[in-house]
Amino acid sequence: MTEQVVVADPPPTRRGFSMRRMKDVQNLGLVAVLVLLAIAGTVTKPDQFLSTDNLILVLTLASIVGVITVGMTFVIIGGGIDLSVGAVVALSTVWATTKATQSYGIGGIIFCALAVGVGCGLVSGLLIAYGKLVAFIATIAMLASARGLAIQLSQGKTQVVNFQNQGLVDLGYKKSYILGIPPLVIIFVIVAILGWIVLNRTTFGRRTFAIGGNPEAARLAGIDVKRHTLSLYVLSGLCCGIASVMLVILTSSGTSANGNLYELDAIAAVIIGGTLLSGGRGSLVGSVLGVLVFTLISVLFTLNNLPTAVQQIAKGAIIVVAVLVQRRASNERTSS
Amino acid sequence: MTTPRSGLNRRGFLAAASALGVGAVATACTGNTDEPTAPAANNAPAQNAQNSAPGKKVVVGFAGPQADHGWLNAINVNAKAEAAKYTDVELVVTEGSNDAAVQASQVDSLISRKVDVLVILPADGKQMTPAGRKAMDAGIPVINLDRIFDSSQSYRTWVGGDNYRMGLNAGTYIGQKLGGKGTVLELAGIDTLELTQQRSQGFDDALKNFPGIQKAGRAAAEFNVQTGQSRMAELLQAHPKFDAIWNHDDDQGIGALQAVQQAGRTDFLMVGGAGSKAAMEQIKADSSVLKATVLYPPTMSASAIRLARLLGQAKGLGDLAEQEIPASVTLFSAVVTKENVDKYLPFSFE
Repeated sequence: MTEQVVVADPPPTRRGFSMRRMKDVQNLGLVAVLVLLAIAGTVTKPDQFLSTDNLILVLTLASIVGVITVGMTFVIIGGGIDLSVGAVVALSTVWATTKATQSYGIGGIIFCALAVGVGCGLVSGLLIAYGKLVAFIATIAMLASARGLAIQLSQGKTQVVNFQNQGLVDLGYKKSYILGIPPLVIIFVIVAILGWIVLNRTTFGRRTFAIGGNPEAARLAGIDVKRHTLSLYVLSGLCCGIASVMLVILTSSGTSANGNLYELDAIAAVIIGGTLLSGGRGSLVGSVLGVLVFTLISVLFTLNNLPTAVQQIAKGAIIVVAVLVQRRASNERTSS
Repeated sequence: MTTPRSGLNRRGFLAAASALGVGAVATACTGNTDEPTAPAANNAPAQNAQNSAPGKKVVVGFAGPQADHGWLNAINVNAKAEAAKYTDVELVVTEGSNDAAVQASQVDSLISRKVDVLVILPADGKQMTPAGRKAMDAGIPVINLDRIFDSSQSYRTWVGGDNYRMGLNAGTYIGQKLGGKGTVLELAGIDTLELTQQRSQGFDDALKNFPGIQKAGRAAAEFNVQTGQSRMAELLQAHPKFDAIWNHDDDQGIGALQAVQQAGRTDFLMVGGAGSKAAMEQIKADSSVLKATVLYPPTMSASAIRLARLLGQAKGLGDLAEQEIPASVTLFSAVVTKENVDKYLPFSFE
């Protein structure tokens, strides 16, 4: 605690400069990993890998965790963590596909999914910001209760979207593609771009970095740290809500088993993307690249008919390498 | 840490109150009413007049799993529906649990209630073996459902499905449908589970009978709709041309079939597993690549209730020459196709 207060912030110009440098190193590393994976795909299965269909597949599969990762990046940069994202997605998809919700039509399904996501984010945020619970504890409590409520509501059943709301599921089919791009990918791109603008070009974004770096200094600088913390978890909840709608489109159903271990996928993507787990520094571009790396690994392994276990080993190795690179970049920053 | 306690409590209260508010606003949408009535077990009890005639009252204890999957939910529903059909059966049901320790204590409470017969679907067969043994030692016959206990001393009769034969029947059906020639894929469940390994083994063994058929790809979809969609989408990308695919589980099949539709593919045959309502309806409608599913019957709990009743009344199975109920009943994994789907549809699970 004391250390944080004693250490003075470096002058803004110098800090901005080295931060950008650190991000560059990180992002270049991830781009290199992506290129290596692409080369591996091209060499092993050129016909299937080098196709527009495959590119669309990778982007579609990345889109759902991608949207969640955008929210997660904000929370982690703001010095927090949200372990509840997977469970919130499960609850949102279940609540949005109950018979009662479905009777309100497609609008009802979308509204319900978003409202449940935001509601869960609001509860976690209030507990953390105003109830002074540690984020880890509060969101783990949300994880358990949201998953439990999802099982309770669905009674363990997979709730399929009914015929009246088929229009929603149709959004996942080829006939709904806009200029050859699936709507899910478009949503992902929009969320990522909006997230980047908010994080890097607005006061909200600067405040997020500030409270993540040093909440006490941020408070002294006149930022309402509590309210801002609350809004970060609401944002993460909203992203979960959007992801839930996308998941319902993709799978035409809602189930309490949805979103299993999404929190780990999202956090892993954020970390290899160069965001510090302790907050205050990070990059949204890196997070998105991180999601793409993980998705590409999965696609590559299925293309080459390799078992899932090997895939998990590869994921683990990439996380370790990315964090090592991150530490080197971070050391360079402090020594320069 | 010298945070003022009172302030914290008030804040905590406010947070809790707002949480309740969110819940209250949203409860309007949680309803899941107008569900179909519980399916009844297959052949009418009247078929065997002697056995179905009301006899001595039997108290059956039922310790089931937590219903976090459609199939498990059907197990609980079918057991209750079957017991309700008999005037001489009283069913005592414990709250379902996936925790072996909790379930063991529930079995204890059923033993001390002195039920006549126990039906247990263990959270984990190995871990629950002592609990079954305890009941048997107390003189209560145990019917072990599906997940088998380690020791024969822990149960009187085992009733369960046959994962190996599921794969065998799926492979044989596909082999015959393809006329012994072509490429097939496999969408498995969770690779670390023994049941997945048995299903895959059965499938591979069946395909060995068709030298002209080659298994070109396999992916594990974790018994989950979303991973079912992802792995299937990847398989479709990896194999621009194949003839058939066996999917181990109809629940993950919902996602897999979505992936097929999203890719706009119709050029192959798909066979499911377990026997969900959604899958059977699609087979009946004949509107997708899904042409069959291999059963893992959730009616086994209804059969267990019937066997429990007969055990309690010291009767044998009418259609067997034996004086006693068999020690093991392995159910058949029937292949459900468009031709016979009507027979199985009422017992499918949601």
